[in-house]
Amino acid sequence: MMKTEQEKENILIMSGNYAAAWGAKCSNVNVISAYPITPQTTVVEKLSDFVDNKELDAKYIRVESEHSVMAALVGSSMTGARSFSATSGQGLLYMAEMLHWVSSSRLPIVTTIASRGIAPPWNIWADYTDILSIRDCGWIIQFASTHQEIFDSILMAYKIAENPEVSLPYFVVYSGFSQSHTSKPVSIPEQQRINKFLPILPEDGWGHLNLNPDKPVTFGNLVMPEQEYLDFRFMIHDSMVKSKKNIHDTINLFNQSFGRDYGGLVEKYMCDDAEVILISYGGLAEQSKDAVDKLRDQGNKVGLFKLRYIRPFPNEELIELFNSGIKVIGVVDQGTAFGNPTGGPISTEVMSLLNHTKNRIDVLPCIWGIGGRNVSVDDQIGLFEKLLYIKNNNEYPTDETCQHGTVWMGLKTGI
Amino acid sequence: MITTKELLKIESVKPELFLAGSSSCAGCPSVLALRWALKALGKKTVVVSPACCANVYIGLWPKASPAVPYINMAFAAGASAAAGVVAGYESLGKKDINVLTWAGDGGTVDIGIQALSGAIERNTNFIYACYDNEGYMNTGTQRSSSTPKYTVTTTTPTGKHMHKKDISQIVAAHDIPYVATCLATDPVDVYNTFMEAKAIHGPKFIHILTPCAPGWRFDVANSIDMGAMAVKSGFFILWKQVNGRLEIKKKSLRYMDKQKRIPVGDYLKGQGRFSKLTKEQIDDMQNWVDKRCEKISARAEYEANL
Repeated sequence: MMKTEQEKENILIMSGNYAAAWGAKCSNVNVISAYPITPQTTVVEKLSDFVDNKELDAKYIRVESEHSVMAALVGSSMTGARSFSATSGQGLLYMAEMLHWVSSSRLPIVTTIASRGIAPPWNIWADYTDILSIRDCGWIIQFASTHQEIFDSILMAYKIAENPEVSLPYFVVYSGFSQSHTSKPVSIPEQQRINKFLPILPEDGWGHLNLNPDKPVTFGNLVMPEQEYLDFRFMIHDSMVKSKKNIHDTINLFNQSFGRDYGGLVEKYMCDDAEVILISYGGLAEQSKDAVDKLRDQGNKVGLFKLRYIRPFPNEELIELFNSGIKVIGVVDQGTAFGNPTGGPISTEVMSLLNHTKNRIDVLPCIWGIGGRNVSVDDQIGLFEKLLYIKNNNEYPTDETCQHGTVWMGLKTGI
Repeated sequence: MITTKELLKIESVKPELFLAGSSSCAGCPSVLALRWALKALGKKTVVVSPACCANVYIGLWPKASPAVPYINMAFAAGASAAAGVVAGYESLGKKDINVLTWAGDGGTVDIGIQALSGAIERNTNFIYACYDNEGYMNTGTQRSSSTPKYTVTTTTPTGKHMHKKDISQIVAAHDIPYVATCLATDPVDVYNTFMEAKAIHGPKFIHILTPCAPGWRFDVANSIDMGAMAVKSGFFILWKQVNGRLEIKKKSLRYMDKQKRIPVGDYLKGQGRFSKLTKEQIDDMQNWVDKRCEKISARAEYEANL
């Protein structure tokens, strides 16, 4: 479809991190707080340029730790200011206490994560263990697997998070280096059109919480066990589950506004007639499409089921998949959960929904790309071949990378 | 600077911003200090309070004594969250709102010192007040780095081994526009100090010695005297540093003369937490007090002549 003059977009070549910085800039954020950490650092460097060169009218608090980053954003968001940060790995873990403070205060803060491995030993490469280990703290968690998606997601994130029905903070997650430091074209729409899409910042702050001396409220006092603490917790979960509707609505509105369709909480690729499906998320899931294409060329009925969101969790979409006649699924984590049933957090969560189908489905959990370990298209094809083996032979593979029922792709055994 | 007489006059004139019925321990001087701090700062004030006694004494949900916006905050985040509030208001063009961090000594001297140092270094326009009751009183009297030497607490059952950290001097070393010490048990001092701080742009730090009857183990009826004795013995020195120039407050000035000071033992022996002090230990404390008084007097004199 030809774009009108007004709809023309400015296409710039930029890194994933710069796409995040542009996303924050174009979202007209009021307050930024940040602390340097690899591989996120160039996000906050770029934002410093924007602010100091007066291309972005925001207050930038360059704090002395990530704990202070998120504490400062709690303060700024409580005044009704649109607030943003970016972090990675250790920094995200250092924020952990304040992440709960944000969600329990129901503040619509948006933060981008360039995910990296957790130390020791030091590791700065792609690995989602950082975000996965704080997945239950009440933030919406969305993976962006292209540079364009990083930029677009931030605009949508504020739209979703600031909706009074949602009032929850929002993480946009992408992988360190493989996305943060590679460069691709990103299309930036005219700011006026973005402004029309963005939510209007309420003049008197958020409806539930507003630091206004004319209407004083004490926030966060001690609540006794028989009072409403439990009920407040339920409301966070309830809003998170119900946010699925707002997510869908926002994705649709974004598509109407800018002509890019992100589908929903999941992205299905060649799933319709597939018998073998790989469930995955993040940057490597985008690459899985190449593996699917190659295997399809050879006549294999394989597909990719990409999780764009893990909080809220796409229960309904997964249950529909389980009831679609598929025989074998592989579920891949690029992160670890030591000692849990599968060793990977998302594979365990996906399997927890299997009791919603009467169909027999074989599941092979997999862990790949830990600490930036390379996963090639051929490696992905190798995993699909294991899944096809299960379908054809009705037995699980027994090679050395399969440990405790999970494939640890590329595992060096006998160390 | 107002006098006691004037203070009594304004008590009913200035709006009451910390309402009666709080859930503090009886006679808590920290509540007294907060009440007078808020009278000085006025209605257009927001309070950020990291984990400390205040989280409890402001009232249990849904009751609350503060009549200004009041945020309960994570332990380490008193200064950083306040910095965020300041930035938020600035970004939205909302002016003339005082942002006050109201923290205990644990939240200031221990877990919150990094965020405090950062907020000051960044020249945040706020007031950070530390009501120093010399220990973790909210959790039942554990030692903090602001607990004096030899104090018996639940985590120093045979007495603490080191002196209290001099937080105001640490803060003063940041070249902060305003730092002052004051006494929670002296409303005139509290009021005047906060009035002075309010008029200054940039970070302001106020260190408030706050006698704590349950934690220090003395009769709550003696709280006011206890505060006065801390000053008369030279154990706690009232001073301020405005734009880099240190000055000893009038109320402490005469006690910089050793002859006029009461022995520190007289101050300590009224408190159950020091009941097992030996003569040598009291001498050690006296020596510590004398050296501190000498040092700060010399500095004040030097700076007065600059």
